[in-house]
Amino acid sequence: MAPALAPAGIPRLARGVRLRHDEARGQWVLLAPERVLHPDPVAVEILRRVDGARTIDAIVDDLILAFAIDRERVAGDVDAFLANLALKGMVEVAT
Amino acid sequence: MNVATLPDTGAAPLARPPVPPPYGMLAELTHRCPLQCPYCSNPVELDRRNAELDTQTWLRVFSEAARLGVLQVHLSGGEPTSRRDLEEMIRHCVKVGLYTNLITAGVGITPERLQAISDAGVDHVQLSFQGADAATTDLVSNFRGAHERKLAFAAQVRRLGLPLTVNSVVHRANIHQIPDFIELALTLGAKRVEIAHSQYYGWALRNRAALMPTREQVFWALEIVEKARERLRGVLTIDAVVPDYYAKYPKPCMNGWGKQSLNVTPSGKVLPCHAAETIPGLDFWNVRDHSLPEIWQDSPAFNAYRGTDWMPPLCQGCERKEIDWGGCRCQAMAIAGDAAETDPACHKSPLHAHLLALAEEDAARQEQPFDYRRYLQPDRAS
Repeated sequence: MAPALAPAGIPRLARGVRLRHDEARGQWVLLAPERVLHPDPVAVEILRRVDGARTIDAIVDDLILAFAIDRERVAGDVDAFLANLALKGMVEVAT
Repeated sequence: MNVATLPDTGAAPLARPPVPPPYGMLAELTHRCPLQCPYCSNPVELDRRNAELDTQTWLRVFSEAARLGVLQVHLSGGEPTSRRDLEEMIRHCVKVGLYTNLITAGVGITPERLQAISDAGVDHVQLSFQGADAATTDLVSNFRGAHERKLAFAAQVRRLGLPLTVNSVVHRANIHQIPDFIELALTLGAKRVEIAHSQYYGWALRNRAALMPTREQVFWALEIVEKARERLRGVLTIDAVVPDYYAKYPKPCMNGWGKQSLNVTPSGKVLPCHAAETIPGLDFWNVRDHSLPEIWQDSPAFNAYRGTDWMPPLCQGCERKEIDWGGCRCQAMAIAGDAAETDPACHKSPLHAHLLALAEEDAARQEQPFDYRRYLQPDRAS
Protein backbone atom coordinates (compact mmCIF):
# COMPACT_ATOMS: atom_id res chain seq x y z
CA MET A 1 0.00 0.00 0.00
CA ALA A 2 1.18 3.49 -0.81
CA PRO A 3 2.23 5.75 2.10
CA ALA A 4 -0.30 8.44 3.09
CA LEU A 5 0.08 11.92 1.58
CA ALA A 6 0.31 15.18 3.52
CA PRO A 7 -3.14 16.84 3.58
CA ALA A 8 -1.49 20.22 2.93
CA GLY A 9 0.29 18.86 -0.15
CA ILE A 10 -0.66 20.20 -3.57
CA PRO A 11 -1.12 17.46 -6.15
CA ARG A 12 -0.80 17.92 -9.88
CA LEU A 13 -0.75 15.56 -12.83
CA ALA A 14 2.80 14.73 -13.90
CA ARG A 15 3.95 15.90 -17.32
CA GLY A 16 2.78 13.31 -19.83
CA VAL A 17 -0.46 12.64 -17.95
CA ARG A 18 -3.65 14.30 -19.11
CA LEU A 19 -7.29 14.11 -18.10
CA ARG A 20 -9.77 14.86 -20.83
CA HIS A 21 -13.30 14.18 -21.83
CA ASP A 22 -13.51 11.79 -24.76
CA GLU A 23 -16.37 13.18 -26.82
CA ALA A 24 -16.44 10.29 -29.29
CA ARG A 25 -17.16 7.75 -26.54
CA GLY A 26 -18.86 10.01 -24.00
CA GLN A 27 -16.47 9.31 -21.12
CA TRP A 28 -13.52 10.74 -19.21
CA VAL A 29 -10.08 9.32 -19.91
CA LEU A 30 -6.72 9.67 -18.23
CA LEU A 31 -3.97 9.59 -20.84
CA ALA A 32 -0.42 8.53 -20.01
CA PRO A 33 2.51 7.14 -22.03
CA GLU A 34 1.10 4.20 -24.03
CA ARG A 35 -1.85 4.03 -21.63
CA VAL A 36 -5.50 5.04 -21.79
CA LEU A 37 -7.15 4.68 -18.37
CA HIS A 38 -10.88 4.90 -17.73
CA PRO A 39 -11.32 6.45 -14.28
CA ASP A 40 -14.58 5.63 -12.49
CA PRO A 41 -17.00 8.49 -11.62
CA VAL A 42 -15.48 9.02 -8.15
CA ALA A 43 -11.96 9.12 -9.59
CA VAL A 44 -13.08 11.64 -12.21
CA GLU A 45 -14.46 13.96 -9.51
CA ILE A 46 -11.14 13.82 -7.68
CA LEU A 47 -9.00 14.21 -10.80
CA ARG A 48 -11.00 17.22 -12.05
CA ARG A 49 -9.98 19.00 -8.85
CA VAL A 50 -6.28 18.14 -9.22
CA ASP A 51 -5.27 21.46 -10.77
CA GLY A 52 -1.85 22.15 -9.28
CA ALA A 53 -3.35 24.88 -7.06
CA ARG A 54 -5.65 23.15 -4.56
CA THR A 55 -4.28 21.23 -1.57
CA ILE A 56 -5.48 17.72 -0.85
CA ASP A 57 -7.45 19.19 2.05
CA ALA A 58 -9.12 21.69 -0.25
CA ILE A 59 -10.05 18.90 -2.70
CA VAL A 60 -11.65 16.98 0.17
CA ASP A 61 -13.55 20.11 1.31
CA ASP A 62 -14.80 20.68 -2.18
CA LEU A 63 -16.01 17.09 -2.58
CA ILE A 64 -17.84 17.25 0.77
CA LEU A 65 -19.61 20.43 -0.35
CA ALA A 66 -20.44 19.03 -3.79
CA PHE A 67 -21.73 15.65 -2.67
CA ALA A 68 -22.72 16.11 0.99
CA ILE A 69 -20.69 13.11 2.11
CA ASP A 70 -18.83 12.10 5.22
CA ARG A 71 -15.40 13.74 5.69
CA GLU A 72 -13.55 10.75 7.04
CA ARG A 73 -14.51 8.50 4.19
CA VAL A 74 -13.81 11.12 1.52
CA ALA A 75 -10.40 11.95 3.00
CA GLY A 76 -9.51 8.26 3.05
CA ASP A 77 -10.65 7.70 -0.53
CA VAL A 78 -8.86 10.76 -1.88
CA ASP A 79 -5.64 9.88 -0.09
CA ALA A 80 -5.68 6.25 -1.24
CA PHE A 81 -6.44 7.22 -4.83
CA LEU A 82 -3.86 9.99 -5.13
CA ALA A 83 -1.18 8.07 -3.20
CA ASN A 84 -1.55 5.19 -5.63
CA LEU A 85 -1.18 7.53 -8.64
CA ALA A 86 1.81 9.18 -6.93
CA LEU A 87 3.41 5.77 -6.52
CA LYS A 88 2.97 5.21 -10.25
CA GLY A 89 4.51 8.61 -10.99
CA MET A 90 1.29 9.91 -12.53
CA VAL A 91 0.68 12.49 -9.82
CA GLU A 92 3.28 14.69 -8.14
CA VAL A 93 2.58 16.22 -4.74
CA ALA A 94 4.30 19.47 -3.79
CA THR A 95 4.60 20.04 -0.06
CA MET B 1 -24.47 -11.81 -44.95
CA ASN B 2 -23.59 -12.39 -48.56
CA VAL B 3 -24.54 -9.23 -50.40
CA ALA B 4 -22.80 -10.37 -53.57
CA THR B 5 -25.54 -12.92 -54.34
CA LEU B 6 -28.39 -10.40 -54.15
CA PRO B 7 -29.80 -9.30 -57.49
CA ASP B 8 -28.59 -5.89 -58.59
CA THR B 9 -31.52 -3.55 -57.98
CA GLY B 10 -29.54 -0.41 -58.71
CA ALA B 11 -30.09 0.74 -55.11
CA ALA B 12 -27.27 2.10 -52.98
CA PRO B 13 -25.32 -0.66 -51.18
CA LEU B 14 -26.27 -1.34 -47.58
CA ALA B 15 -24.30 0.84 -45.18
CA ARG B 16 -22.12 -1.08 -42.73
CA PRO B 17 -22.91 -0.63 -39.05
CA PRO B 18 -20.66 2.03 -37.50
CA VAL B 19 -17.24 0.72 -36.48
CA PRO B 20 -16.09 1.65 -32.93
CA PRO B 21 -13.45 4.39 -33.20
CA PRO B 22 -9.70 3.78 -32.88
CA TYR B 23 -7.72 4.89 -29.81
CA GLY B 24 -4.33 5.33 -31.40
CA MET B 25 -2.81 6.57 -34.63
CA LEU B 26 0.74 5.98 -35.77
CA ALA B 27 1.76 8.91 -37.94
CA GLU B 28 4.81 7.93 -39.96
CA LEU B 29 5.77 11.46 -40.91
CA THR B 30 8.73 10.43 -43.05
CA HIS B 31 10.80 7.39 -43.96
CA ARG B 32 14.01 9.44 -43.86
CA CYS B 33 16.20 8.31 -40.97
CA PRO B 34 19.87 8.61 -40.03
CA LEU B 35 19.88 5.04 -38.69
CA GLN B 36 19.77 1.81 -40.69
CA CYS B 37 18.41 -0.77 -38.25
CA PRO B 38 18.08 -4.15 -39.97
CA TYR B 39 14.68 -4.87 -38.31
CA CYS B 40 13.07 -1.53 -39.21
CA SER B 41 9.27 -1.75 -39.27
CA ASN B 42 9.09 0.50 -42.32
CA PRO B 43 8.37 -1.26 -45.60
CA VAL B 44 11.23 -2.47 -47.77
CA GLU B 45 10.12 0.05 -50.41
CA LEU B 46 10.57 3.33 -48.56
CA ASP B 47 8.74 6.55 -49.46
CA ARG B 48 10.91 9.34 -50.82
CA ARG B 49 10.85 12.88 -49.50
CA ASN B 50 9.05 14.15 -52.60
CA ALA B 51 6.21 11.67 -51.94
CA GLU B 52 5.60 12.93 -48.38
CA LEU B 53 2.37 14.64 -47.36
CA ASP B 54 2.65 18.40 -46.90
CA THR B 55 2.07 20.19 -43.61
CA GLN B 56 -1.50 21.24 -44.31
CA THR B 57 -2.57 17.70 -45.18
CA TRP B 58 -1.07 16.34 -41.95
CA LEU B 59 -2.85 19.04 -39.92
CA ARG B 60 -6.14 18.06 -41.55
CA VAL B 61 -5.45 14.38 -40.81
CA PHE B 62 -4.81 15.20 -37.13
CA SER B 63 -8.07 17.16 -36.92
CA GLU B 64 -9.94 14.29 -38.53
CA ALA B 65 -8.28 11.79 -36.19
CA ALA B 66 -9.42 13.77 -33.14
CA ARG B 67 -12.95 13.99 -34.52
CA LEU B 68 -12.94 10.25 -35.23
CA GLY B 69 -12.06 9.46 -31.59
CA VAL B 70 -8.29 8.94 -31.70
CA LEU B 71 -6.82 9.88 -28.30
CA GLN B 72 -3.10 9.31 -28.77
CA VAL B 73 -0.92 10.09 -31.75
CA HIS B 74 2.49 8.48 -32.14
CA LEU B 75 4.71 10.77 -34.19
CA SER B 76 7.13 8.42 -35.81
CA GLY B 77 8.99 7.68 -39.02
CA GLY B 78 11.70 7.13 -40.06
CA GLU B 79 12.97 9.90 -37.89
CA PRO B 80 10.10 12.36 -37.26
CA THR B 81 12.45 15.24 -36.44
CA SER B 82 13.59 15.09 -40.08
CA ARG B 83 10.38 17.05 -40.69
CA ARG B 84 11.04 20.74 -40.03
CA ASP B 85 7.30 21.25 -39.46
CA LEU B 86 7.18 18.80 -36.54
CA GLU B 87 6.64 21.53 -33.94
CA GLU B 88 3.74 22.95 -35.93
CA MET B 89 2.16 19.50 -36.05
CA ILE B 90 2.60 19.00 -32.30
CA ARG B 91 1.01 22.39 -31.56
CA HIS B 92 -1.91 21.43 -33.76
CA CYS B 93 -2.33 18.06 -32.05
CA VAL B 94 -2.37 19.76 -28.65
CA LYS B 95 -4.96 22.22 -29.93
CA VAL B 96 -7.32 19.47 -31.09
CA GLY B 97 -6.83 17.49 -27.85
CA LEU B 98 -4.55 14.69 -29.08
CA TYR B 99 -1.94 13.22 -26.75
CA THR B 100 1.40 13.30 -28.57
CA ASN B 101 4.13 10.71 -28.28
CA LEU B 102 7.40 11.42 -30.10
CA ILE B 103 9.15 8.25 -31.25
CA THR B 104 12.72 9.16 -32.10
CA ALA B 105 16.22 7.83 -32.67
CA GLY B 106 17.58 10.82 -30.73
CA VAL B 107 20.57 11.56 -32.95
CA GLY B 108 21.14 14.90 -34.65
CA ILE B 109 18.61 16.76 -32.50
CA THR B 110 20.09 19.88 -30.94
CA PRO B 111 19.10 20.96 -27.41
CA GLU B 112 17.43 24.01 -29.01
CA ARG B 113 15.32 21.81 -31.26
CA LEU B 114 14.26 19.61 -28.36
CA GLN B 115 13.39 22.71 -26.36
CA ALA B 116 11.15 23.86 -29.23
CA ILE B 117 9.51 20.43 -29.41
CA SER B 118 8.91 20.52 -25.67
CA ASP B 119 7.53 24.07 -25.86
CA ALA B 120 5.16 22.93 -28.61
CA GLY B 121 3.60 20.67 -25.97
CA VAL B 122 4.78 17.13 -26.70
CA ASP B 123 3.53 14.80 -23.96
CA HIS B 124 6.04 11.99 -24.03
CA VAL B 125 9.31 10.96 -25.69
CA GLN B 126 10.18 7.42 -26.70
CA LEU B 127 13.85 6.97 -27.50
CA SER B 128 15.28 3.91 -29.24
CA PHE B 129 18.45 2.16 -28.13
CA GLN B 130 19.82 -0.47 -30.51
CA GLY B 131 22.23 -1.71 -27.87
CA ALA B 132 22.96 -1.16 -24.19
CA ASP B 133 26.54 -0.11 -25.01
CA ALA B 134 28.16 2.05 -27.68
CA ALA B 135 29.62 -0.82 -29.70
CA THR B 136 26.27 -2.61 -30.06
CA THR B 137 24.16 0.49 -30.73
CA ASP B 138 26.59 1.73 -33.33
CA LEU B 139 26.83 -1.67 -35.03
CA VAL B 140 23.10 -2.39 -35.17
CA SER B 141 22.11 1.14 -36.23
CA ASN B 142 25.11 1.39 -38.58
CA PHE B 143 25.79 4.88 -37.23
CA ARG B 144 29.08 5.60 -35.53
CA GLY B 145 28.59 7.63 -32.35
CA ALA B 146 24.83 7.01 -32.18
CA HIS B 147 24.96 5.71 -28.61
CA GLU B 148 26.73 8.76 -27.18
CA ARG B 149 24.28 11.08 -28.93
CA LYS B 150 21.34 9.13 -27.55
CA LEU B 151 22.69 9.38 -24.00
CA ALA B 152 23.03 13.14 -24.34
CA PHE B 153 19.57 13.41 -25.86
CA ALA B 154 18.01 11.37 -23.03
CA ALA B 155 19.64 13.63 -20.44
CA GLN B 156 18.20 16.67 -22.19
CA VAL B 157 14.72 15.09 -22.29
CA ARG B 158 14.86 14.62 -18.53
CA ARG B 159 16.25 18.11 -17.93
CA LEU B 160 13.15 19.46 -19.63
CA GLY B 161 10.96 17.34 -17.35
CA LEU B 162 9.56 15.29 -20.20
CA PRO B 163 8.61 11.68 -19.47
CA LEU B 164 10.94 9.24 -21.20
CA THR B 165 10.51 5.69 -22.47
CA VAL B 166 13.51 3.67 -23.58
CA ASN B 167 12.67 1.37 -26.47
CA SER B 168 14.96 -1.51 -27.26
CA VAL B 169 14.31 -3.98 -30.02
CA VAL B 170 15.96 -7.26 -29.07
CA HIS B 171 17.30 -10.04 -31.28
CA ARG B 172 20.23 -12.45 -31.39
CA ALA B 173 22.90 -9.73 -31.49
CA ASN B 174 21.73 -7.97 -28.30
CA ILE B 175 19.27 -10.21 -26.43
CA HIS B 176 21.92 -10.92 -23.78
CA GLN B 177 21.84 -7.20 -22.93
CA ILE B 178 18.25 -7.15 -21.62
CA PRO B 179 19.38 -6.66 -18.00
CA ASP B 180 21.64 -3.82 -19.21
CA PHE B 181 18.78 -2.18 -21.14
CA ILE B 182 16.75 -2.15 -17.94
CA GLU B 183 19.68 -0.65 -16.00
CA LEU B 184 20.20 1.90 -18.75
CA ALA B 185 16.55 2.96 -18.54
CA LEU B 186 16.86 3.43 -14.77
CA THR B 187 20.10 5.39 -15.11
CA LEU B 188 18.55 7.70 -17.70
CA GLY B 189 15.53 8.40 -15.50
CA ALA B 190 13.05 6.68 -17.81
CA LYS B 191 9.76 5.68 -16.25
CA ARG B 192 9.10 3.06 -18.86
CA VAL B 193 11.13 0.64 -20.96
CA GLU B 194 9.98 -1.45 -23.89
CA ILE B 195 11.71 -4.75 -24.50
CA ALA B 196 10.39 -5.49 -27.96
CA HIS B 197 11.42 -8.70 -29.64
CA SER B 198 12.02 -8.15 -33.32
CA GLN B 199 8.93 -9.00 -35.39
CA TYR B 200 9.70 -10.67 -38.69
CA TYR B 201 8.19 -8.65 -41.52
CA GLY B 202 9.80 -6.47 -44.17
CA TRP B 203 13.37 -5.62 -43.19
CA ALA B 204 13.42 -7.99 -40.22
CA LEU B 205 12.23 -10.87 -42.39
CA ARG B 206 15.11 -10.16 -44.79
CA ASN B 207 17.44 -10.25 -41.80
CA ARG B 208 15.88 -13.14 -39.94
CA ALA B 209 18.99 -15.31 -40.26
CA ALA B 210 21.02 -12.63 -38.46
CA LEU B 211 18.36 -11.71 -35.89
CA MET B 212 16.56 -14.85 -34.73
CA PRO B 213 17.44 -15.81 -31.15
CA THR B 214 17.42 -19.39 -29.89
CA ARG B 215 14.51 -20.79 -27.93
CA GLU B 216 16.70 -20.86 -24.80
CA GLN B 217 17.54 -17.16 -25.23
CA VAL B 218 13.87 -16.27 -25.66
CA PHE B 219 12.76 -18.13 -22.53
CA TRP B 220 15.65 -16.67 -20.55
CA ALA B 221 14.56 -13.21 -21.74
CA LEU B 222 10.96 -13.75 -20.67
CA GLU B 223 12.11 -14.81 -17.20
CA ILE B 224 14.47 -11.85 -16.81
CA VAL B 225 11.68 -9.44 -17.74
CA GLU B 226 9.23 -11.05 -15.29
CA LYS B 227 11.73 -10.83 -12.44
CA ALA B 228 12.63 -7.23 -13.22
CA ARG B 229 8.92 -6.30 -13.31
CA GLU B 230 8.48 -7.62 -9.79
CA ARG B 231 11.62 -5.95 -8.51
CA LEU B 232 10.90 -2.57 -10.11
CA ARG B 233 7.16 -2.27 -9.50
CA GLY B 234 6.35 1.41 -9.01
CA VAL B 235 9.80 2.47 -10.27
CA LEU B 236 9.91 1.37 -13.89
CA THR B 237 7.15 0.04 -16.11
CA ILE B 238 8.42 -2.74 -18.34
CA ASP B 239 6.37 -3.46 -21.44
CA ALA B 240 7.34 -6.44 -23.55
CA VAL B 241 6.54 -7.23 -27.14
CA VAL B 242 6.73 -10.99 -27.21
CA PRO B 243 8.50 -13.13 -29.78
CA ASP B 244 6.06 -15.44 -31.51
CA TYR B 245 8.06 -17.98 -33.51
CA TYR B 246 8.47 -20.05 -30.33
CA ALA B 247 5.01 -19.32 -28.95
CA LYS B 248 2.02 -21.58 -28.43
CA TYR B 249 -0.59 -18.94 -29.14
CA PRO B 250 -0.26 -16.17 -31.71
CA LYS B 251 -0.04 -12.53 -30.66
CA PRO B 252 -3.38 -10.68 -30.83
CA CYS B 253 -1.87 -8.50 -33.54
CA MET B 254 -2.96 -4.84 -33.18
CA ASN B 255 -5.58 -6.24 -30.76
CA GLY B 256 -7.58 -7.04 -33.86
CA TRP B 257 -7.38 -5.73 -37.41
CA GLY B 258 -9.06 -2.34 -37.75
CA LYS B 259 -10.15 -2.43 -34.13
CA GLN B 260 -8.07 0.00 -32.06
CA SER B 261 -5.52 1.72 -34.21
CA LEU B 262 -4.45 2.89 -37.61
CA ASN B 263 -1.25 3.87 -39.33
CA VAL B 264 -0.70 6.70 -41.81
CA THR B 265 2.35 6.37 -44.08
CA PRO B 266 4.52 9.33 -45.18
CA SER B 267 2.72 9.40 -48.53
CA GLY B 268 -0.73 9.26 -46.94
CA LYS B 269 -1.78 5.64 -47.26
CA VAL B 270 -3.80 4.46 -44.27
CA LEU B 271 -2.91 0.98 -43.05
CA PRO B 272 -4.30 -1.29 -40.33
CA CYS B 273 -0.69 -2.05 -39.25
CA HIS B 274 2.94 -1.33 -40.17
CA ALA B 275 3.34 -4.34 -42.38
CA ALA B 276 -0.06 -4.48 -44.08
CA GLU B 277 1.45 -3.53 -47.43
CA THR B 278 3.14 -6.95 -47.52
CA ILE B 279 -0.31 -8.41 -48.25
CA PRO B 280 -0.89 -8.21 -52.00
CA GLY B 281 -4.27 -7.17 -53.36
CA LEU B 282 -5.42 -5.02 -50.44
CA ASP B 283 -6.89 -1.67 -51.44
CA PHE B 284 -5.43 1.00 -49.12
CA TRP B 285 -7.14 4.37 -49.29
CA ASN B 286 -5.11 7.56 -49.11
CA VAL B 287 -5.81 10.65 -47.00
CA ARG B 288 -5.32 12.71 -50.17
CA ASP B 289 -8.55 11.15 -51.54
CA HIS B 290 -10.65 10.35 -48.47
CA SER B 291 -11.23 11.64 -44.95
CA LEU B 292 -9.83 9.57 -42.10
CA PRO B 293 -13.28 8.68 -40.65
CA GLU B 294 -14.37 7.54 -44.11
CA ILE B 295 -11.25 5.38 -44.47
CA TRP B 296 -11.65 3.86 -41.00
CA GLN B 297 -15.27 2.96 -41.71
CA ASP B 298 -15.28 1.99 -45.37
CA SER B 299 -11.80 1.32 -46.76
CA PRO B 300 -11.68 -2.21 -48.25
CA ALA B 301 -8.31 -2.88 -46.58
CA PHE B 302 -9.72 -2.18 -43.10
CA ASN B 303 -12.80 -4.28 -43.69
CA ALA B 304 -10.90 -7.21 -45.19
CA TYR B 305 -9.95 -8.80 -41.84
CA ARG B 306 -12.05 -6.84 -39.37
CA GLY B 307 -13.95 -8.83 -36.73
CA THR B 308 -14.24 -12.59 -37.10
CA ASP B 309 -16.28 -13.19 -40.29
CA TRP B 310 -13.16 -13.56 -42.46
CA MET B 311 -11.64 -16.30 -40.31
CA PRO B 312 -10.87 -19.79 -41.62
CA PRO B 313 -12.77 -22.71 -40.01
CA LEU B 314 -9.85 -23.50 -37.67
CA CYS B 315 -10.14 -20.01 -36.09
CA GLN B 316 -13.94 -19.86 -36.33
CA GLY B 317 -14.20 -22.95 -34.13
CA CYS B 318 -11.60 -21.74 -31.61
CA GLU B 319 -12.54 -20.52 -28.13
CA ARG B 320 -9.74 -17.94 -28.37
CA LYS B 321 -10.97 -16.28 -31.56
CA GLU B 322 -11.84 -13.04 -29.76
CA ILE B 323 -8.65 -13.18 -27.66
CA ASP B 324 -6.07 -13.72 -30.41
CA TRP B 325 -8.16 -12.35 -33.30
CA GLY B 326 -6.58 -15.01 -35.49
CA GLY B 327 -3.09 -13.67 -34.77
CA CYS B 328 -1.25 -11.75 -37.44
CA ARG B 329 -2.44 -11.46 -41.04
CA CYS B 330 0.98 -10.43 -42.31
CA GLN B 331 2.61 -13.46 -40.72
CA ALA B 332 -0.02 -15.73 -42.28
CA MET B 333 0.86 -14.09 -45.60
CA ALA B 334 4.62 -14.40 -45.09
CA ILE B 335 4.64 -18.02 -43.94
CA ALA B 336 1.43 -19.62 -45.21
CA GLY B 337 1.22 -17.57 -48.40
CA ASP B 338 -2.39 -16.56 -47.61
CA ALA B 339 -3.34 -13.67 -45.32
CA ALA B 340 -6.69 -15.31 -44.50
CA GLU B 341 -5.04 -18.42 -43.01
CA THR B 342 -4.46 -19.12 -39.33
CA ASP B 343 -1.28 -17.44 -38.09
CA PRO B 344 1.37 -20.23 -38.10
CA ALA B 345 2.49 -19.01 -34.66
CA CYS B 346 -0.64 -20.75 -33.34
CA HIS B 347 0.02 -24.34 -32.21
CA LYS B 348 -3.19 -25.41 -33.99
CA SER B 349 -1.87 -24.26 -37.38
CA PRO B 350 -0.70 -27.07 -39.68
CA LEU B 351 2.33 -24.86 -40.37
CA HIS B 352 3.30 -24.40 -36.73
CA ALA B 353 6.07 -27.02 -36.86
CA HIS B 354 7.35 -25.45 -40.06
CA LEU B 355 7.56 -22.01 -38.39
CA LEU B 356 9.43 -23.46 -35.44
CA ALA B 357 11.85 -25.23 -37.77
CA LEU B 358 12.52 -21.94 -39.60
CA ALA B 359 13.31 -20.25 -36.29
CA GLU B 360 15.57 -23.03 -35.07
CA GLU B 361 17.42 -23.18 -38.35
CA ASP B 362 18.08 -19.43 -38.36
CA ALA B 363 18.93 -19.30 -34.66
CA ALA B 364 21.59 -22.00 -35.08
CA ARG B 365 23.48 -20.04 -37.74
CA GLN B 366 26.85 -18.46 -37.16
CA GLU B 367 26.95 -14.68 -37.03
CA GLN B 368 25.40 -13.26 -40.20
CA PRO B 369 25.97 -9.86 -41.77
CA PHE B 370 23.09 -7.35 -41.56
CA ASP B 371 21.25 -6.24 -44.67
CA TYR B 372 20.86 -2.67 -43.43
CA ARG B 373 17.68 -0.66 -44.05
CA ARG B 374 18.18 1.73 -46.95
CA TYR B 375 16.55 3.10 -50.09
CA LEU B 376 16.88 0.25 -52.56
CA GLN B 377 16.25 2.07 -55.81
CA PRO B 378 18.19 5.15 -56.91
CA ASP B 379 16.12 8.32 -56.50
CA ARG B 380 14.93 9.14 -60.00
CA ALA B 381 13.63 12.54 -58.94
CA SER B 382 17.02 13.90 -57.87
